[in-house]
Amino acid sequence: MGSWFARSRSIPYLLKRNISFLHANSSCKTLPPYKSPHGFRERPPASILSFRRLESAMVGKQAQAVAYTDDDGESQSIEFPGGRVGFTTQMEFISEATDKRVPCYRVLDDDGFPIAGTRFDQLDEETAVRMYKSMVSLQIMDTIFYEAQRQGRLSFYLTSTGEEAINIATAAALSPDDIILPQYREPGILLWRGFSIEEFASQCFGTKDGHGKGRQMPIHYGSKDLNFITVSSPIATQLPQAAGVAYSLKMDGKEACAVAFTGDGGTSEGDFHAAMNFAAVMEAPVLFICRNNGWAISTPVSEQFRSDGVVVKGQAYGIRSIRVDGNDALAVYSAIRAARMMVVREQKPVLVEALTYRVGHHSTSDDSTKYRSVKEIEQWKRSRNPMTRFRNWVQANGWWSDQEEAELRGTLRNQVLKAIQVAEKAEKPCLGDLFSDVYDKLPSNLQQQEKSLRQTITRHKQDFPPDVPL
Amino acid sequence: MAAALLHGVGSTTPLSSVNYNNSRRSLPERKRASFLIQCYGSLLPGSKIGINRAAKLSTNAVTTKQDNVTASTTSKPGHELLLFEALREGLEEEMERDPRVCVMGEDVGHYGGSYKVTKGLADKYGDLRVLDTPIAENSFTGMGIGAAMTGLRPIVEGMNMGFLLLAFNQISNNCGMLHYTSGGQFEIPIVIRGPGGVGRQLGAEHSQRLESYFQSIPGIQMVACSTPYNAKGLMKAAIRSDNPVILFEHVLLYNLKERVPDEEYVLNLEEAEMVRMGEHVTILTYSRMRYHVMQAAKTLVNKGYDPEVIDIRSLKPFDLHTIGNSVKKTHRVVIVEECMRTGGIGASLTASINEHFHDYLDAPIVCLSSQDVPTPYAGTLEDWTVVQPAQIVATVEQLCQ
Repeated sequence: MGSWFARSRSIPYLLKRNISFLHANSSCKTLPPYKSPHGFRERPPASILSFRRLESAMVGKQAQAVAYTDDDGESQSIEFPGGRVGFTTQMEFISEATDKRVPCYRVLDDDGFPIAGTRFDQLDEETAVRMYKSMVSLQIMDTIFYEAQRQGRLSFYLTSTGEEAINIATAAALSPDDIILPQYREPGILLWRGFSIEEFASQCFGTKDGHGKGRQMPIHYGSKDLNFITVSSPIATQLPQAAGVAYSLKMDGKEACAVAFTGDGGTSEGDFHAAMNFAAVMEAPVLFICRNNGWAISTPVSEQFRSDGVVVKGQAYGIRSIRVDGNDALAVYSAIRAARMMVVREQKPVLVEALTYRVGHHSTSDDSTKYRSVKEIEQWKRSRNPMTRFRNWVQANGWWSDQEEAELRGTLRNQVLKAIQVAEKAEKPCLGDLFSDVYDKLPSNLQQQEKSLRQTITRHKQDFPPDVPL
Repeated sequence: MAAALLHGVGSTTPLSSVNYNNSRRSLPERKRASFLIQCYGSLLPGSKIGINRAAKLSTNAVTTKQDNVTASTTSKPGHELLLFEALREGLEEEMERDPRVCVMGEDVGHYGGSYKVTKGLADKYGDLRVLDTPIAENSFTGMGIGAAMTGLRPIVEGMNMGFLLLAFNQISNNCGMLHYTSGGQFEIPIVIRGPGGVGRQLGAEHSQRLESYFQSIPGIQMVACSTPYNAKGLMKAAIRSDNPVILFEHVLLYNLKERVPDEEYVLNLEEAEMVRMGEHVTILTYSRMRYHVMQAAKTLVNKGYDPEVIDIRSLKPFDLHTIGNSVKKTHRVVIVEECMRTGGIGASLTASINEHFHDYLDAPIVCLSSQDVPTPYAGTLEDWTVVQPAQIVATVEQLCQ
């Protein structure tokens, strides 16, 4: 700690020597005191002295390097670890809030018409229709699975209602090589990449066909083939992992990036801050997408942070950031495409804050009418629906019609219902799957535990579920 | 092997007090070198001063003839290495062999690691493969897990095992579980290593035995090295394993010297090491306590006992095969560990042996461990919390009556 004080001692010393007008200024008193409170400098060992000699030699060189002009008191600069910084004689605090909040990028107005003067990536008919159809699939899947949980057929479910635009538009804007580290409200990306309704159902019902082999709760999807890392329940743990994934991609020289999602609540976790810092320092190609939907279960954003949302935190870590209207599919598409290009080309992280609203409850274990008004929910559902806006734009281009809508909804509904029926009756994973994949090969203690369990089941067959294969 | 190492130091007196004075007088050069490390470390704001101090103190602790570092290697095959050098050699060989192996941690790059395990690697393999991270253990462990899931084989270094408590969330929820919860899709071949255990007056926070906290986490493997030979072998095995492995090193063992073979060798992660064969009693131990046990063994042999000493090495899972064979032979077990009494490795091992070999025991298992107290700073108090050879001798004598 001694060197710190040594350095700061030399600066007021320099100033006092060379810049006379400072004496009249009260800012001198704000400089740190000379003495070390711990008396460290009373008996410095030999090597510390030599270090300090080196220190003062460096500072001496800086004395010559200090650039200051006499006419303008504010344009002096001095070098500190971390670079050159200008100094001022006016004591000014940076305000905690700006008058204007950071504006969000938007393309379509509330009714789905492009705003005059807006610039966005043009979508061709095929992509636009595919995007809209995926949004409908997501919505129908959410509705029916939610109902299934309410009927007692599923133990748990989590909807993405209100965030369909973020889900699908982001998926469409990324490349299939980009590795996704989801929070839990991004199943639309899997949907876009080809995960079938049947596969969703298998995971939710914990059947033997599911990729997760029945080991995780519903909605904790994962697919190595589709570059979607398995959802892990603890919040924000995927953010530092994204830095690692990006590091891996960087080592391989791949033209892809890691895409990590989090909600507004997740930005309070320590992992968020460390991950942003890491990614910036390591120049890792991570695209951080924050779905700011206003609520973290029952905690509104006003109780989550006091900053202007999440976008301003980017600059604090040296990360480029943008705020976008998350309910505007075109804006999300354009912004993510641009952000991704920056991440991959410049090999630096970028933060995108997508403002949206969580129309549904947090999950099936939550009743959000307990902490927010039904009127507020209805308003977002009716008049600020991302799907309605996008649909209006697609239909205005002549690419979609009401009849196709009705047909699509009918087909999808049947498909989802059938998938649920099939998954409900499908076989559960066998007993061996309880012990496999804990390690690469079954170690002796697990082999023994499996044997012991099988013996118990054989002895007391009537006490164990009959439909689980052994 | 270990008995030979302790030969020149002194036989029956406790290791702690004697070596300290002896080695200090005979190693003026090394002392100065490590003193400089201490100063550099302490001048950086926010640095962990205690760690670098340990770098100095560890040279005096459990070491042997280190006066002539230029030991002759021509007479016998193999080459002599200090334990940290053995770790480095193992690490370097694996990095050479597989380009996916990378290291990340605080100060591992240009500084070479707080215990010099990664010294020189950054110059050889570059900044990207030997990565210096900011101070955020949960995050760089998470980063290691993310990298492992996408094809790399990272080695995460905790500057001190105690700091890995900050990484517990990532180690437990993700490292141990993701292979299972993803249905086997994502593998996590990560190695997490670092020094732990009670050092020389490092204070409570830097003297932790994390193996007792981690032992319950499903999905991970834990090994503890104790000699340069097994350090190198276990490091290589851990890197080659597709499972997440936690390699426990000990702060006081880094300067142990031993001759290791020139040819390549990889040890089995799940095997225990037979240190001394015997007939009367099985003494199970690991890491630093191995040396206390061997010192006690010398005394016991002089008194006419014949202890069998096993360094269990594999902390999760236990090598019940080797241990079982020994118990079947001697019928008496003493466990000597550094963990606390409650919930330590010894506690689990006692339960495990009782469960499997109850019929072969002639007496209840005795487990010697540290008390359930934070490790105090004062040297005398610290010595009292660590199991000393005299205690081990007394216990065996009583057990074998």
